Amino acid sequence: MTYITKPKLTHPSLPQNALGMTRRAYEGALSTLCAGCGHDSVTAAIVEACWRLALEPQNLVKLSGIGCSSKTTAYFVSGAHGFNAVHGRMPSIATGANAANRRLAYIGISGDGDTLSIGLGQFCHAIRRNLDMLYMIENNGVYGLTKGQFSASADIGSRAKKGEVNRQPPIDPVLLALDLGATFVARGFSGDKQQLVPLIEAGLQHRGFALIDILSPCVTFNDHEGSTKSYAYTREHDEPAVQADFVPREAPILVEYAPGEAREIALHDGSRVVLRKAAEAYDPTNREAAGAAVKARMAAGEYLTGLIYLDPEGGSGEFHALNGTPQEPLNALPFESLCPGSTGLHKVLGRYR
Amino acid sequence: MAACTPSRINDFTLKIATVNGTGSASANTLLMKAIFRSGVPVMGKNFFPSNIQGLPTWYEIRVSRDGHLARSGSIELMVALNPETYARDVREVAPGGYLLYDSTWPRPVLLARTDITVLGVPLAQLCNENFTGVRTRILMKNICYAGALAALLNLDLERMRELLTETYARKPQLIESNMKALRLGFEYARAHFACPLPLALEPMDRTAGHIMIDGNTAAALGCVFAGATVAAWYPITPSTSLMDAFKGFCERLRVDPQSGEKRFAFIQAEDELAAIGMVLGASWNGARAFTATSGPGISLMGEFLGLAYYAEVPAVLFDIQRVGPSTGMPTRTQQGDLLACAYASHGDTRQVCLYPANPAECFTLAVEAFDLAERLQTPVLVVSDLDIGMNDWMCPQFQWDDAYRPDRGKMLGRAEIEKLDKFHRYLDPQGDGIPWRTLPGVHPKGAYFTRGSGHTQFGTYTEDSHDYQVVLDRLMKKWQTAKSRVPPALIEGPGSEVGLVSIGSSDSAVHEALALLAADGITLDYLRVRAFPFGEEVERFLAEHRLVFVVEQNRDAQLRSLLTLETGVEKAKLRSLLHYSGLPVSSHFIVEGVQAELRGASGAARPSAVGV
Repeated sequence: MTYITKPKLTHPSLPQNALGMTRRAYEGALSTLCAGCGHDSVTAAIVEACWRLALEPQNLVKLSGIGCSSKTTAYFVSGAHGFNAVHGRMPSIATGANAANRRLAYIGISGDGDTLSIGLGQFCHAIRRNLDMLYMIENNGVYGLTKGQFSASADIGSRAKKGEVNRQPPIDPVLLALDLGATFVARGFSGDKQQLVPLIEAGLQHRGFALIDILSPCVTFNDHEGSTKSYAYTREHDEPAVQADFVPREAPILVEYAPGEAREIALHDGSRVVLRKAAEAYDPTNREAAGAAVKARMAAGEYLTGLIYLDPEGGSGEFHALNGTPQEPLNALPFESLCPGSTGLHKVLGRYR
Repeated sequence: MAACTPSRINDFTLKIATVNGTGSASANTLLMKAIFRSGVPVMGKNFFPSNIQGLPTWYEIRVSRDGHLARSGSIELMVALNPETYARDVREVAPGGYLLYDSTWPRPVLLARTDITVLGVPLAQLCNENFTGVRTRILMKNICYAGALAALLNLDLERMRELLTETYARKPQLIESNMKALRLGFEYARAHFACPLPLALEPMDRTAGHIMIDGNTAAALGCVFAGATVAAWYPITPSTSLMDAFKGFCERLRVDPQSGEKRFAFIQAEDELAAIGMVLGASWNGARAFTATSGPGISLMGEFLGLAYYAEVPAVLFDIQRVGPSTGMPTRTQQGDLLACAYASHGDTRQVCLYPANPAECFTLAVEAFDLAERLQTPVLVVSDLDIGMNDWMCPQFQWDDAYRPDRGKMLGRAEIEKLDKFHRYLDPQGDGIPWRTLPGVHPKGAYFTRGSGHTQFGTYTEDSHDYQVVLDRLMKKWQTAKSRVPPALIEGPGSEVGLVSIGSSDSAVHEALALLAADGITLDYLRVRAFPFGEEVERFLAEHRLVFVVEQNRDAQLRSLLTLETGVEKAKLRSLLHYSGLPVSSHFIVEGVQAELRGASGAARPSAVGV
């Protein structure tokens, strides 16, 4: 992960969040990605979302695998611990970390190669476990660091920079997550910060596994004519399903929605997601309908974006809820409550005499 | 092989050949436990197939008044109940020994040897006449042979009732049916043979203060006592029982009686790669976490183990070795992962390993592994094997010091971080090669980036040669520090010029072999390696002896390789005694190997001495 120190200069007039911190406090090292990379916009959206949520930086844990996308965890919230795992294995690190301390917020950044090829198994099982984390895929359909091979999300007919045409069907993380029972499934576009920031806020506050698949064009290897993951193609074929606005617990409702136009869903901590339908008769709490809508748009060569599915009761099947672990993090339990001592040992060994 | 004479009181081996899945395990455990409760030292080894039902299985019970816990190498009494293996089972009985079989049907093959005594008990007929139901009859046939053996070996039936009462405390109706089957066999044997045999048992008092326990259960108990809270694993023989035991102990000891809350997380991973990843994530986040696996899992975990070494993440891993290469023989034992564990992962990687020799050490070294992992900020691999892990061993009752508290190593708390101007993860302020670490969620100033890519001592990414080397060299300094922190090798002996080195479960056979060799006029000094890296004492022992035997259970002399790689020892003076049949090494094998080397004609072929 390339690291260039960014000077921390703050202007007194910069806006502050509830903790009295400016956006600068949520930034990280300078990005070393290509100029214009979609991933940098995603990073900016994460900074914005964390600032708006007024997260204590040390209470965020940033995890990633290997690849361009996975580098970006160094580029936001420098006051948070980061873990750059091995290729495709970030979900297992996140699972262990989350098991040890359920109180922190976990954000995992991955790419389409890291998630859909080498890491497909771990991605699926993190969803099955309904791990309480926000999992973001910066999806560009291409392997950047190894110079332009197709990834498993490349669409049939999509053309590589050197002219090769992809003939294998893509794996769509949104459909996969819906199938596997994910409780929060969204798709965004790195070029639409207005849509993305509230999705990240809601995803961080959602209890359980939250997926945001973000179309994030690779300017160097996959932004040409014939690519279905270029800026131009994505802008053209982005079909918003639902616009989600995130409302923190304490915040008053400032926007008035016309009756029938918006729907409010409370998250476990009292914050709310306000959903505004962009498409007719779209129900983001119906898993089957959501899947059908994604497929229908896909058949038309379009990307359905926004908060595609949300299970408001998703937290009940969350990893710790199923495991029955106490609210107190496992890494903070007093040793006396873990070790049965010499008397306990004597009792245990009774059956081995 | 020694003939069976009256001097074999409390000193013989009996082997029971049955078919997997027929329920013989409970009869065998009953027999062994009854002998143990008579105060007579006993060893039980289960040679079972990788199969649920139908393949041959054997159980070897060695009774040893002198307390030897290894296989002797000979069988004095065979209980042959599996027609498929009759031929080899008959062959295996020592001259003058005994063979018991089910005489419901004629078995001429069993009568081929004239130098052993064949005892026929119509087990099936007795059970068919006295029990109903196919399954019950099959199960009771096992208890029935246990009854016949009780008569032949002079075992107290009341002691067996006592054990049945404990086992079936919740199913009392089973006690009477089992007692009935026991008596059927017992009375038949008394009526038809001269009981007891010369191989019989006499009560002693040599098992007081001891327990019978398997190494996986003991290791799991060690994890509970060390305060481990996160356990992640993927099922693989023969490590699964370790995780099962941990879960069982936690459900008894770590569930809040009021709220039902569990003070542990038990995660069945999707594969071994995920299992070790979860352990690293949890340890990195401040919980004591561990996994258990076997050889194939070690191969799969390699990449993450390299990350943990380089990024300095504590982790505890139990490798319950089985027979390789590849899938190998999953239910047989071997010490074949020594090299794979020591240098697990690509690049310049080296891993701290601990080598328990018995369940008692599985317990103590499990606790020590957690302390070392945190103290050294690196994975610690506890390298056990199937023989230790899945067989019941007699060991001194475990002790626990209530003053024990986990050693979290160099970990900075909130107040300490607050005082710092800036925190740098990979500096070496105390010169021992061990840096300070911080946990997530404590203080924003303590935040750092954990990565497997090149990093500077300040924790930042680098591709600079010098900055990279500073960290690599500091890791080597930490490795030097580890040499004095890991448990030292155990050394004993009269001060001979010839030494013997062994490791792990080979220890009990070595101990008996040393006694037998001493009685034969050959005295050896003995060193048992208990950890990697090797301490100074290993180097010294090798230097001080003219010739050193290296006893280990693999084909490729992996311990010998490690010794030649990591010490200054002259390769030519190391003589390998290699046992890799999949069965635990016997004392006879070692005695014969040493005798052949020391007494063999010079220049003669030495099949057991392998040059690498």
